[in-house]
Amino acid sequence: MTDTSLPDTPTRLRRWLDSLRSAPAKRVQFDRPLTPWAFVLPQLLVVGVFFYWPSVQAVTSSFYIEDPFGFGATFVGLENYQTVLASGEYRSIAGFTLFFAGLVTALALGAGLLLAVKADAVIRGSAHYKTSLISVYAIAPPVAGLIGMMFFDMHIGPFVTLAGWFGWQMQVGIDYWDTVLALVLVSVWKQIPYNFIFFLSGLQSVPVSVREAAAIDCRSGWRRFYTVTLPLLAPTAFFLLIINVTYALFDTFGIIDVMVKDKPANNPITLVYKVYLDGFKGNDIGGSAAQSVILMGVVFALTILQFRFLEKRIHYG
Amino acid sequence: MHRTRFFDHLILLLGAAFLVTPVLVAFMTSTHTAADIHMNGLSLMPGGHGVETYHKVLTQRGGFTGEVTGARMLMNSTILGLGFAVGKIVLSMMAAYALVYFRFRFATAIFWMIFTTLLLPLEVRIMPSYQVMSDLHLLNTYTGLIVPLLASATGTFYFRQFFKSVPDELLEAARIDGAGPVRFFIDILVPLSRTMMAAIFIIMFVYGWNQYLWPMLMTTEERFFTLMRGIKSILQVWIGSQIPDYNEAFALAVLAMLPPVAVVVVFQRMFIKGLTESDK
Repeated sequence: MTDTSLPDTPTRLRRWLDSLRSAPAKRVQFDRPLTPWAFVLPQLLVVGVFFYWPSVQAVTSSFYIEDPFGFGATFVGLENYQTVLASGEYRSIAGFTLFFAGLVTALALGAGLLLAVKADAVIRGSAHYKTSLISVYAIAPPVAGLIGMMFFDMHIGPFVTLAGWFGWQMQVGIDYWDTVLALVLVSVWKQIPYNFIFFLSGLQSVPVSVREAAAIDCRSGWRRFYTVTLPLLAPTAFFLLIINVTYALFDTFGIIDVMVKDKPANNPITLVYKVYLDGFKGNDIGGSAAQSVILMGVVFALTILQFRFLEKRIHYG
Repeated sequence: MHRTRFFDHLILLLGAAFLVTPVLVAFMTSTHTAADIHMNGLSLMPGGHGVETYHKVLTQRGGFTGEVTGARMLMNSTILGLGFAVGKIVLSMMAAYALVYFRFRFATAIFWMIFTTLLLPLEVRIMPSYQVMSDLHLLNTYTGLIVPLLASATGTFYFRQFFKSVPDELLEAARIDGAGPVRFFIDILVPLSRTMMAAIFIIMFVYGWNQYLWPMLMTTEERFFTLMRGIKSILQVWIGSQIPDYNEAFALAVLAMLPPVAVVVVFQRMFIKGLTESDK
């Protein structure tokens, strides 16, 4: 077995939660008035200028309609939000984003889990499998998008040829659902290694005694998996669920940008891409800011969900 | 107790093939000529034109102003990856040190101020961030490329967690020996954190190298383009050309993924440890 030194997931989660409590960290501490400021100031400065300032600006400018030529802005209250939420286009993009995030998460989690379970089960060659399965992790989304685009290219793409054998004329970048298929496939491909790494580390932290007891009690591998392994993996799975949803919502930007090639007209895009389009291409700063704030709400909710879950786990474990 | 089963290996082989084949194909195809690719499609076998393609991609001046070469983009990506990783480690180690080892006013408030940054990814506040950068005249600078990406707490929490696990006795001993806070940090904590620093360095290097949206917005001058930005521009040239430069696009993709993939594969163990323990 490799990497038995990895901490098990409950410990990991507990440690993380502990780290979020801001109670005194050490019994012994330095008692100097100025030195800590010197240490913490650089980070505070960066966070203040590049996080808080823009975040506050996003909220403020969502209440204004800015003149596209830069001649000032008018306060309009919640009008930007009303416009955004009433827009049929925005709603259909929100619908697609939901669908896309759900599908990518389900497929990437499923594939990651399956491969981790198998990699945990075999001994011979497990190091090689592991290396090949995690290597794709480091590939950037736009690079993944570029490679995916080639595989779905109308002239040279093997997937297009393959579909052609079944009489399906695939047109990625032109046909809406063909593009969806390509986007989902590439996004899942890119995310499998991440899930694999976490599931495998979760599996390898299941104590040998538990495995042996389960093996004695139950001969069916499937049942053992459902009744013993899966519940033990639940914390990892939940953590990954949030991470994968976040990935599908935000990190797929590069994949989408490369694969729809600046022609979003008839193509599927996500909410983050819409923020970018409206802000930078459409010059609708107020509308884009309102969309940003709505997305902030979504991320906020996801994070809260994660914490509530973590807190529950503490009493459980 | 494990019986090696045929189907386990089959599934693993299929999974590995699904993940790795596209990367192999990208590399192999990049060694063929564009016309060859146009005629015969993607390839799993090496062609004979690899050297000239990579030479061309690395040295030929492209873009509208003719200012940027592949080598230049490679350099910029390296600067971004290294600068981000080093900056992140320095900033977050220092902040974590202050939060763990000092008793001072507003420590809790500062802790939450830094922690809140975990809630909002850059993509969400991209437009106002751009405006701030433009107000500060940081567009088209390396500072503008790197520093705003540092505004997140991932590293700080990682080091905070680690410092808390360092035995208190070390600090007591150091104090008895007459070490001040700066001395203790540099002579004891930093050497102790070496493994953690390495793990975090790998993750952050990959993260920085792979940045796409931010460099795309921050750099309009081609001499600041990173490889990711180059991928975007090579695709824009394609539209309307007879035979697109498939080989060059693939070569660029290979250049863009080689360093991070190599780092992850070579330092696999450390990377996995860092990733699963930091929960980023």
